[in-house]
Amino acid sequence: MSKSKVIEIRWHGRGGQGAKTAALLFADAAMSLGKYIQAFPEYGPERMGAPVQSFNRLADDPITVHCGITDPQIVLVLDPTLMATVDVAQGLPKDGKLIVNTSKTPQEIRKEINLKAAQIFTVNASGIAQEKIGRNIPNTPMLGALVKVSGLLDFNEMIKNTEDKLKKKFAHKPEIIKGNLEAIKTAHDQVKGEKR
Amino acid sequence: MPTIAKTGNEAMAEAMRQIDPDVVAAYPITPATEVVMIFSQFVADGLVGTEFVAVESEHSAMSACVGAASAGCRVMTGTSSQGLQLMSEILPIASALRQPIVLCEVNRALSGPINIHCDHSDTMAVRDFGWIQLFSENAQEAYDNILQLVRITENEKVRLPGMATTDGFIISHCMEKIESLDDAEVKKYIGDFKVIKSTLDLDKPITLGSLDLQDYYFEHKMPIVEAMKEAKQVILEVGKDFGQRYGREYGLIEEYKLADAEIAMVALGSTCGTARAVIDELREKGVKAGLLKVRAFRPFPAEEIVKALAKVKAAAVLDRSDMFSNQGGQLCCEIKSAMYDLKQKPLLTNYVYGLGGREISLEDIRKIFAEQQGTASSGKVKQAVQHFGVRE
Repeated sequence: MSKSKVIEIRWHGRGGQGAKTAALLFADAAMSLGKYIQAFPEYGPERMGAPVQSFNRLADDPITVHCGITDPQIVLVLDPTLMATVDVAQGLPKDGKLIVNTSKTPQEIRKEINLKAAQIFTVNASGIAQEKIGRNIPNTPMLGALVKVSGLLDFNEMIKNTEDKLKKKFAHKPEIIKGNLEAIKTAHDQVKGEKR
Repeated sequence: MPTIAKTGNEAMAEAMRQIDPDVVAAYPITPATEVVMIFSQFVADGLVGTEFVAVESEHSAMSACVGAASAGCRVMTGTSSQGLQLMSEILPIASALRQPIVLCEVNRALSGPINIHCDHSDTMAVRDFGWIQLFSENAQEAYDNILQLVRITENEKVRLPGMATTDGFIISHCMEKIESLDDAEVKKYIGDFKVIKSTLDLDKPITLGSLDLQDYYFEHKMPIVEAMKEAKQVILEVGKDFGQRYGREYGLIEEYKLADAEIAMVALGSTCGTARAVIDELREKGVKAGLLKVRAFRPFPAEEIVKALAKVKAAAVLDRSDMFSNQGGQLCCEIKSAMYDLKQKPLLTNYVYGLGGREISLEDIRKIFAEQQGTASSGKVKQAVQHFGVRE
C-alpha cells in the first residue's frame, strides 16, 4: 500500500514574530480538518530579532519521519528584510511556492532575490494585520494566504474551525476574534501570484 | 477518545495532569522545562490536587520524590541531561526502596561541550540504577508510556521506579496528532495508589535508609534483580491490556516488516519513525528490509531481540550515545552480549550517530541500509563500530 504524499512547509521569521506560532496554528487547523500533522521549530540561539525557522508536515496518513525538512514544497517569509541575508528559497523545488509578506509584487521580489525557479506569491500581511488586528502580527493573515496558495485545506472549513477556537480562547474579547478572522480572510483574498 | 495536537512535552504534562499524582518535585531544564512548567500551571489553576515542590536542584527534586514516596505518595517528576545526572546519587536509592516513582525524561546530550540537543547519553548513563526505562518514538508513545509506567511501576511484583523518555526537541518540541484518553478513563485505568509501607504510619513505624553492610546489603540488592525479571512480563501484560482497551498495543520491542527481513535496523526512539519511511521505500524496490525498535531498555529484552533478529543476515544497530570503552554504544553491546551463545549470529554493525542533535536524515538511513546489503552479500562486517555522520 503506497502512502499519500507528505507536504512539507518552512516558515522564515525573526525571533518574536510568531513563526513558531504560525506553524502550530496551521498544523492545529489542518488536524481539525482531518490531516495528520507535525509542527516544529528550529532551535538555534533564541534571540529577539534573530532569523528563525519553523516547519510543518501535512499528510492524509500518519507521518512517521522525524528528521529535519530540507526541501519543502512551500516556503513562507514573515519578514521580507530576511531575504537580504537568508536564502529563503533554499531547497525549494522548481514547482515550489514562495509566499512573502510584502507590499511589493511577486515580479519585484523575483528580481530582488534573483530567483529562477518556483512560483512567487506576495501579500501585505503586516499591513492587513495592522489594519484588522491593530498590531503588526503577520503570522495570522499569512495563514489565509497559505490556505489559498496551497489548496491543502478547505478555506470555509478552516475559517469556521479557527473561529470556534478563538471563541474559546478569547471569550471575553470578541473584538480580537473578529479582527483575526477578517485578517485571515483579507489575506486569502489579496494574495497574488505572478502573471504567466 | 479526544484527538489533540500536542508536543511531546505537552503530551507528558497532559498525562501527568490526568494521573494527578500526590506529589511532584521538579526543577526545570531544557528541553524538559515545559513538562514541569505546564504541570505547575495545572497546579496553580487548581486542575490537580498535587503538592508541587519547587526545589532548587534536581538532586533535591529526586530527594523530595523519595521522601514523598516513603510517606506513601504517588510521585512524579521530569528532567533531562545534566538534571538527570544531578539526580544520580538518589536514583539507586529510589529503586532500592522499591518506590514506583515515574519520571518524564527528555533525552539530551551531556555537557561538555554544553549542548541542549538530543542524544541518549543522559538516559544511558543512569541505566544501571534499577530504573525501568522506556523509549518513545513520538508524542503518542510518550503519552501512552507515561500512563503505562504508572501501572508497571506500581505493580506489586515490580514496585520499581521508571522513566519514559522522548528525544529532546525532535519529539519534545514537535507537535503531532495524538489520541488521548478521557480524564475519567485515566483515573479508572491507573486505579488508586496502593500504599505498602509509609513512614507516616505511626501504628507501624519503619526505618528507611539505614546502614546495611557486608552481612545483608547483598541480600537487599537481590529484590531489584528479581523485580527487574518480573518487570519484563508486567510490561508485556500492561502493554497488551493497553492495546485491548485503547487499540494501541505495546511490547518490549516492536518489529516492523522484520518477519522476512534479510537486513535490519535496530534503534531507540524517534529515529525508528524515520527508518520506517526508508523501509517502505526499500520494500517497494523489493529489498527485504525491516526494523527492530527497542522500547524497553531496562529491563533489557535480550531473548526477544535475539529471537527477532534470528533470521536476519545483517543488522545495523544504532546507538545515539557512546560508552567511550572502544566498544561502541550501549544498545549494541547489550545485543552482542545477548547473542554470545548463539551458533549462528546476524552480522552486526554498530553505528554511533546523532550525538548532540546531529541530524539523521532519510538519506543517512538509506546509506546505512545500503551498507547492510553489502555486509549481507559479502558475509563480512567492514567495521564493527562506526561513528556515523561525524566530520573528519
